[in-house]
Amino acid sequence: MTAVETKSTPQFDKAAARKVDRQTRRLESQAQKRLSSPLATIIAIAIAMLWTIPTLGLFITSFRPGADSATTGWWTVFTDPDFTLGNYQAALTSGGTALTLGQSFLNSLAITIPVTIFALAVAALAAYAFAWMDFKGRGFLFVAVFALQIVPIQMALVPLLSLFSRGLEIGDVAIFPGLEMREVDHSFATVWIAHTIFAMPLAIFLLHNFISQIPGDVIEAARVDGAGHGQIFFRIVLPLSGPALAAFAIFEFIWVWNDLLVATIFAPTSSLPMTQTLNSLSGSWGDQWFLLSAGAFLVLIVPVIVFLSLQRYFVRGLMAGATKG
Amino acid sequence: MHSHAGSGRSPRGPGMRVTSSVGVDGGRQKMSQTAVSAEEAQATPPPARGGKQPPSRKTTRLVVSIGLIAIAALIIFLFIAPQPDDPRPVSLGFSLNSFFQWLGNLGPLVQIPVVLVVFGVVVALLLVLIEYAPRQGRGYFWLRLIACFAIPVLALMLLRPYQGAVIFVIPIAVIAGGLLFYVDYRARQGAGYLFQLTLFMAPAAILVLVGLVYPTIATFIQSFYDKTGDNFVGLENYVWAFTNPQGFWSIVNTIIWAIFAPVFATILGLAYAAFMERARGDRILKVLMLVPFAFAGVSMSIIWKFVYDYRQGEQIGLLNAIVVAFGGDPVRWLDIWPLVNTFCLLFVFVWAQTGFAMVVLSAAIKAVPVEQLEAAQLDGTSAWQRFINVTVPGIRTSIVVVLTTITIAALKLYDIVAVMTGGRSNSTVLGFEMVNQQQRFQSFGHSAALAVLIFVLVTPLLIYNVRQLRKQREVQ
Repeated sequence: MTAVETKSTPQFDKAAARKVDRQTRRLESQAQKRLSSPLATIIAIAIAMLWTIPTLGLFITSFRPGADSATTGWWTVFTDPDFTLGNYQAALTSGGTALTLGQSFLNSLAITIPVTIFALAVAALAAYAFAWMDFKGRGFLFVAVFALQIVPIQMALVPLLSLFSRGLEIGDVAIFPGLEMREVDHSFATVWIAHTIFAMPLAIFLLHNFISQIPGDVIEAARVDGAGHGQIFFRIVLPLSGPALAAFAIFEFIWVWNDLLVATIFAPTSSLPMTQTLNSLSGSWGDQWFLLSAGAFLVLIVPVIVFLSLQRYFVRGLMAGATKG
Repeated sequence: MHSHAGSGRSPRGPGMRVTSSVGVDGGRQKMSQTAVSAEEAQATPPPARGGKQPPSRKTTRLVVSIGLIAIAALIIFLFIAPQPDDPRPVSLGFSLNSFFQWLGNLGPLVQIPVVLVVFGVVVALLLVLIEYAPRQGRGYFWLRLIACFAIPVLALMLLRPYQGAVIFVIPIAVIAGGLLFYVDYRARQGAGYLFQLTLFMAPAAILVLVGLVYPTIATFIQSFYDKTGDNFVGLENYVWAFTNPQGFWSIVNTIIWAIFAPVFATILGLAYAAFMERARGDRILKVLMLVPFAFAGVSMSIIWKFVYDYRQGEQIGLLNAIVVAFGGDPVRWLDIWPLVNTFCLLFVFVWAQTGFAMVVLSAAIKAVPVEQLEAAQLDGTSAWQRFINVTVPGIRTSIVVVLTTITIAALKLYDIVAVMTGGRSNSTVLGFEMVNQQQRFQSFGHSAALAVLIFVLVTPLLIYNVRQLRKQREVQ
């Protein structure tokens, strides 16, 4: 941690800094070697394997023919291997009267991608105002936003649903009607809005923490050059916040993709995402593990790819969210 | 004033005259306006621009109070006005509803670019307004004035107010816009500052107020009403929650979750982080641990349902296969009550959260000064003693953060219970039972009371976290 800070301070003599850096790294690796013990390595590997076995078991099952996986344990493949891709095809296309996993894969995309962008943009605007504009009650409002992030969303679900479906009615007085989406093929409006709302507190909090760390000199210089808040936001703050935006985007993407609760409450039947479709199919699939296993992996493949390819940002977002909140 | 700025894109009304009077400022604006404004200009002293002479706070406050009273009066009128028998929505020919209907009939994938382009245009307009509006000059003055009136009226009309409400809603929007313009014009920081602030904040503020603050209050109120929400029943829903088996077990199980899940996950995560610190190839080991955290709750549940699988004859679930291999009888893990099924579910959650605990704690362990550890080593302490006496105290804050974060997540849990047991055999928790009551039994009062109970359980953590944040901000 200290090494990183040293590196990023430009006032230091570069050569000296590099030397310190090299030295630190050498010492660190020495210490690592001295400290690492074979026993610890073995225990760590054992725990990691224990942690992976349940996933591995289902993963193997998803490639075994249905007749095999219904009668023998997945561990028998090591002595008697027999694999097929048919389970995935069957899981993607069988849905009965409801949506198939294939169809709801598209719905999941259509829900997740816009929500991620909506939440980022709206939260970034508010976070900028919290960080760089002065107004009365700023501290209090910020703490309130932070507190809202802990309030369970279960508190908001039902009244928000009735706002969407019945509109605003106070007592007997009808003011606004609800959205009429019954005859629409794929309406994602309610899910988009609900997810964006629920993302707000955490998004504002995380982005604010980053945006407020941008050096004041940079902002001031832009202001002197005649840029208003609009330009400062768009040309300076947004590009500089790249890592924070990426971290939150990944977080939000995975969160929305994996969500079951918000979709259960807000998504119309034709617009259900994969999680909800898999949940309802798991009832009718019952004990057909070849279908269930393939379905489970179809749902988690996208977030896992996103997670593995953008791991560094994900961990950064995790740390920011955890250490501050 | 500021609270108004936050939410205040919507209200306005007869304050229009007052507002336009301000337009006649210091001669620069000439007499390009209506006669009304010329008269009004004498009534209120013309405010000076750019800090020559700060505008009188008193006048500003007076005008704002009058405006707010007018808005309040309009709201009261809205409630006492006779309701038309068959209320019909009024729109400008297009509305959010018609936009979403049009959008909803496109294919799911086509909707993504379309809605993003529309959203992008709106945000771009917002930024352009923010950039140009605060500049000085006549054109910008008009830009602000028009924006202040047009945006709230347009926004409310997009929601299609009912016929009976529209004659109140429009004036409310106009007064609020007028007030915003007026207050902004006379702001200490110069005209346009408050305008910018409002535009930056309004989207998030509206979403949070409409989608979180209002519903949270509504849920509180609803928890004192019956199933349908029409009759006040006092504490009956809470009594139900503590006496009905579903309600009772959901409370007990939620408390079990909130106590054991964070403790297990943190201890496991800490142990793993400590071993990994001294293991080779720690990157791959870390990823293996953390991956389950990215899994959907539904997928996790299916993975573990398979582990817990029970059947007659040959076992295909890992756990029962082990039990049988050791000569035992297979067990219906998810149906055994009490405690067994709850802990079986709980362990799935722990399995996913351990990776999170491990990542945070492992970063904290790396930050513990090596000198301290070396000094302890020179004193002849064992690795275990070093860990307990040096490392753990050094990362105490991180441990607390991990514990509270996982506790909050455990209190809100929904998906694992929903997928694995559906609340069967008294395995239900508050987060699940709340949805169950609402969806299956249409019992809104019970559902609201259960939601409030989650809130009550979260409250100590909320207070603790807010205190921590306050401390942190004071340090900065």
